[in-house]
Amino acid sequence: MDLYRAHVLVCGGTGCSSSGSAQLIERFEEQLREKGLEKEVKVIRTGCFGLCEAGPVVIVYPEGTFYSRVKVEDVDEIVSEHLLKGRKVQHLVYVDHKTHESSVQKSLKEIGFYKQQQRVALRNCGVIDPENIDEYIAFDGYRALAKALTEMTPDQVIKEILDSGLRGRGGAGFPTGKKWQFAAASKAEHKYFVCNADEGDPGAFMDRSLLEGDPHAIVEAMAIGGYAIGADEGWVYVRAEYPIAVQRLQHAIDQAHEYGLLGKNIFGTDFNFDIHIRLGAGAFVCGEETALMASIEGMRGEPRPKPPFPAVKGLFESPTNINNVETLGNVAQIILNGAEWFRSIGTERSTGTKVFALGGKINNTGLVEIPMGTPLRTIIEDIGGGIPNGKKFKAVQTGGPSGGCIPASLLDIPVEYDTLTSVGAMMGSGGMIVLDEDNCMVDIARFFLDFTVDESCGKCTPCRIGTRRMLEILERIVNGKGEEGDIEKLENLAENIKATALCGLGQTAPNPVLSTIKFFRDEYEAHIREKRCPAHHCQALLNYVITDKCKGCTACARACPVGAISGNVKEQHKVDIQKCIKCGTCMTKCKFGAIIKD
Amino acid sequence: MPDNKEKYAQLQESIAKHKGERGAVMPVLQEAQGLFGYVPEDVQQMIADGLGVTLAEVYGVATFYAQFSLEPKGKNVIGVCLGTACYVKGSQKIMDKISEELQVEVGRTTKDGLFTLNATRCLGACGLAPVMMINDEVYGRLTPDQVPAILDKYRA
Repeated sequence: MDLYRAHVLVCGGTGCSSSGSAQLIERFEEQLREKGLEKEVKVIRTGCFGLCEAGPVVIVYPEGTFYSRVKVEDVDEIVSEHLLKGRKVQHLVYVDHKTHESSVQKSLKEIGFYKQQQRVALRNCGVIDPENIDEYIAFDGYRALAKALTEMTPDQVIKEILDSGLRGRGGAGFPTGKKWQFAAASKAEHKYFVCNADEGDPGAFMDRSLLEGDPHAIVEAMAIGGYAIGADEGWVYVRAEYPIAVQRLQHAIDQAHEYGLLGKNIFGTDFNFDIHIRLGAGAFVCGEETALMASIEGMRGEPRPKPPFPAVKGLFESPTNINNVETLGNVAQIILNGAEWFRSIGTERSTGTKVFALGGKINNTGLVEIPMGTPLRTIIEDIGGGIPNGKKFKAVQTGGPSGGCIPASLLDIPVEYDTLTSVGAMMGSGGMIVLDEDNCMVDIARFFLDFTVDESCGKCTPCRIGTRRMLEILERIVNGKGEEGDIEKLENLAENIKATALCGLGQTAPNPVLSTIKFFRDEYEAHIREKRCPAHHCQALLNYVITDKCKGCTACARACPVGAISGNVKEQHKVDIQKCIKCGTCMTKCKFGAIIKD
Repeated sequence: MPDNKEKYAQLQESIAKHKGERGAVMPVLQEAQGLFGYVPEDVQQMIADGLGVTLAEVYGVATFYAQFSLEPKGKNVIGVCLGTACYVKGSQKIMDKISEELQVEVGRTTKDGLFTLNATRCLGACGLAPVMMINDEVYGRLTPDQVPAILDKYRA
């Protein structure tokens, strides 16, 4: 094996790829060749580093120097200064948003964003080359599979997972060991082990990052799970919108075959296991397990009532176990390090870590992995670096269209399954969207309902029609046509849908509405009674007012498409509220900040 | 780009490859969508005949999933991300601006066939919000006033 004196790690995750990291790699290789350094410095495209905000990200080892927002034209400087002369390029080094400290003297682990994180599922993301099985093996890869197959019985594997307390990371938090137990107990000639990679929650992308950054971890976990429940065939159902993930996963499967880690008689035992990939085609409901199986079978992805549970009768009528990507990301580590070790992380009823996709109005957007039980405040303020532009924190939305909003007053709650559920939100798959004072909570509820109405498969009435009725009421409210009694109507509909919908999608669809009513009822009331949007977000409820900062330059009056602004030159102008169509053009044209929303 | 005859031949190949496989309708439809850019009725019929299922079954699958389109798309497909992270950072304003610039509603194609405007689900590039994609190109950290210049690149 060749030895290199330095490694340049370039993030090949979705965020960084979108901002041009592939061009960076090309340029690095070109420059290194030109300087004759290609035998001394190796360039590696890794999975996601997590701190997408700073992308494209480049890390230079052995120092662990963290370069952020690197452009193609910066590459030459990094090569000639850092890699050739050994001088870090100060002005490209990442600067902490909160402390304004440059990370020149620091390594990755000391940066505020990473300090409080603990990486179990994401341990290899941003560390190894995901397309090279040897690198995975060098980081203990496939050792857990070897241990399971050669030293443990299937029952012992299941017991280890059960004892670890691992719960499903896809949303509901069902104990993984129990699921495996049920599937193992079903007697059948043929069983399936399915990986649910149909990551649908808007704003959640940890499964994608895991598949892109460490695909072998998923392959290994599926083989371990297959052994435990007695399955010989695995399926990964993954979104077609994730081409990089699909390609790397397929590559990993092929490599594992080559090495004899998939296929017949793995590790010389009589265990056979194979994995197929099936692409989703853009239907949120397919994240629900029975819908997902229907989709693999090539049908419309409609859910069916349970029981029979998949563990009894699942894919192609055979007993099937389905786990989410992040859940599987923990499996090999548990087998290797033991249930006790896993239980030592997190809390009593929520063991281990959880990955969150931090987004919205927050300084450090990206992927974070924290021990369960970490206070929400730590995630938002310390890891996330707080709210940009000096704005005020309003709420954090977790669990996507199935979850809820947590207000500022509850920021000190620990992040674990049961606590989040008790405040009307949920863990969900791990989207965490931060909202500031400019976000209207009624509109956020409307946004999620709009999503569910669109994604409802239409099979059951409560979801198909009930969510539509709720959306109509919400649209009325944000358009200033809300009526007394609308809030109660929403609550009533919500309770009925929750109780009667067929699958998880429908049963949880009302949550965003219920939780915003619970914590932000005053905003609903302001919309309905005073026809006012406290966040100044809802267009229909806005009034544009020209203040005495107006110099009478007439720019606004000339720009107004409906001639609603009048006034003499060099005198304060006025908006005719009757004529105004609330397009906001005047506000963008005013050079003096004289026009405000009221 | 292969011509139509060639596309049909490729579709037949794909059908032959997947025939007999369980759940073959989805992957074959996906290949058809990739080949033609949409799945017109004659293509659906061909798939149904080839795989030995009813046209109703193929049509049912084709209309269930967002990936399949029954109408041809424009030369350039714009997808504005309306995932939560993008939405709270103002992607609706980006959408409105494009819709106004192109004089086209969401989900429709411009009269000159140059652009199709779609709202997409989360693209997983939340760190760059608000984000849009034109064909395979991703544009991040957008503001509405950047829109006209970006669109112009595709008009040339």
